[in-house]
Amino acid sequence: MTSSTAHSGSSRRLRTRSDTPFVIGLALIGGVYVVLIVAMLVADLSYTSPGHLMNALRSENIQYAIRLSLLSCSITALLCIWVGVPLGYLLSRYQFRGKGLLEALLDIPIVLPPLVIGLSLLILFQTAPGRWVERYLPVTYAVPSVILAQFAVACAFAVQTMRVAFDQISPRGEQVARTLGCTRHQAFWRVTLPEARRGVLTAGTLAWARSLGEFGPILVFSGATRMKTEVLSTSVFLELSVGALEAAVAVSLLMIGAAVAVLVVVRWFGSGTSFHQGQPL
Amino acid sequence: MIRVENMCVRAGAFRLSQLNFELPEGSYAVLMGRTGCGKTTLLEALCGLRQVESGRIWLDGEDVTDWDPAWRGIGYVPQDRALFQTMTVEANLAFGLTLRKVPAAEIKERVHSLSQWLGIEHLLHRRPQGLSGGESQRVALGRALAIQPRILCLDEPLSALDEETRSEMYELLKTVRARTKVTTLHVTHHPEDAQQLADRVFRLENGAIVEVES
Repeated sequence: MTSSTAHSGSSRRLRTRSDTPFVIGLALIGGVYVVLIVAMLVADLSYTSPGHLMNALRSENIQYAIRLSLLSCSITALLCIWVGVPLGYLLSRYQFRGKGLLEALLDIPIVLPPLVIGLSLLILFQTAPGRWVERYLPVTYAVPSVILAQFAVACAFAVQTMRVAFDQISPRGEQVARTLGCTRHQAFWRVTLPEARRGVLTAGTLAWARSLGEFGPILVFSGATRMKTEVLSTSVFLELSVGALEAAVAVSLLMIGAAVAVLVVVRWFGSGTSFHQGQPL
Repeated sequence: MIRVENMCVRAGAFRLSQLNFELPEGSYAVLMGRTGCGKTTLLEALCGLRQVESGRIWLDGEDVTDWDPAWRGIGYVPQDRALFQTMTVEANLAFGLTLRKVPAAEIKERVHSLSQWLGIEHLLHRRPQGLSGGESQRVALGRALAIQPRILCLDEPLSALDEETRSEMYELLKTVRARTKVTTLHVTHHPEDAQQLADRVFRLENGAIVEVES
């Protein structure tokens, strides 16, 4: 009787036990990373003042870097979508000889140190085909090199994002569309691409944000010439190199602000509710 | 009319070979077989979504073996319905007609009349997300019927439906048959589907099709 009572007591506890300790455990472990991000932002904010920020914004060099960063990142994001969508679709839907090799190749920009990518681009434009291009369109140490350096890295992320987006869409819809009268081309444009629109938005955002933070390849391939190839990441480097830590922090905060603004705006447009509910794009 | 002669089709390591069968015009055939025996592969080959290795497929006396799916005139309802998620139910129904450049007024009229007798008129402005299994199935059926197909291919159309909805769908499929007289190939592993609907019953076993006395 006593044993039965004890048993029923423990099973009642089992039946009604809470998930709270598990959730708290997850939050504590994951929270370490969140705290690190917040701490870095707070540290940056505490190291600067509105005056430093205004000084940075008034500087012609910084204004040029902001303009070039916004322009180059936006062009790069569009180019990444332009290339990422077809490549992601091919990798997702087709089996072909050498696919494994192609996938490995596309991972190279993700795993290579960014400096190596910059060096490789620099060497590429010293070869005969590269010099031929340079004769008609100056690339190295000019604005196109900034876009190319950003594109070389960011596009790999866009391709991976688009591939996952297409993987998550069943090919069955396209097949039905084809039986209803579509060519493959029409089925892609009318059925699959509209369903992948959030993936496209995510790929573009990721490419934009990745381009904004790109530094190594730009430094090597484009140089860090003020009023010419200076983007915000190189501004931070240039300010640091002359010991202007406050200015470097002010520019960093501008970059953080720009990145957060773009992420918020894109998430907002991507799904009216996703930002509040924390759903993925 | 469907006639399949010595058809061989491969899906990965899986292969169906030397398939032969014939369905007269207007008949309702149920093809049964265990899960994984190749029923869907056979439907895909008929629809032109999977290339056949050898053999011929004839639809209404035309050899369509090498035709693109768009030209075969087959209404295909896959097992997962595959409704177009970014379109309204109305746009789903009108999809095939729009591709055929049917005038807008005629599309509207045909979609309206189709939705009325399928009982989905109240769903026309909704999107597929949130539709029940039975509603989705009616929309998928309507989308396939809108193009007035010469053949209707249904892949497990009643799986995952509750008993009540299943009974409703039996009635609806009988009505579709009576109204359209479309030759139908209905793939299932549910014997009741055959009892309720079929005038020809086939079994796909060990890579061969055999007709069962119905």
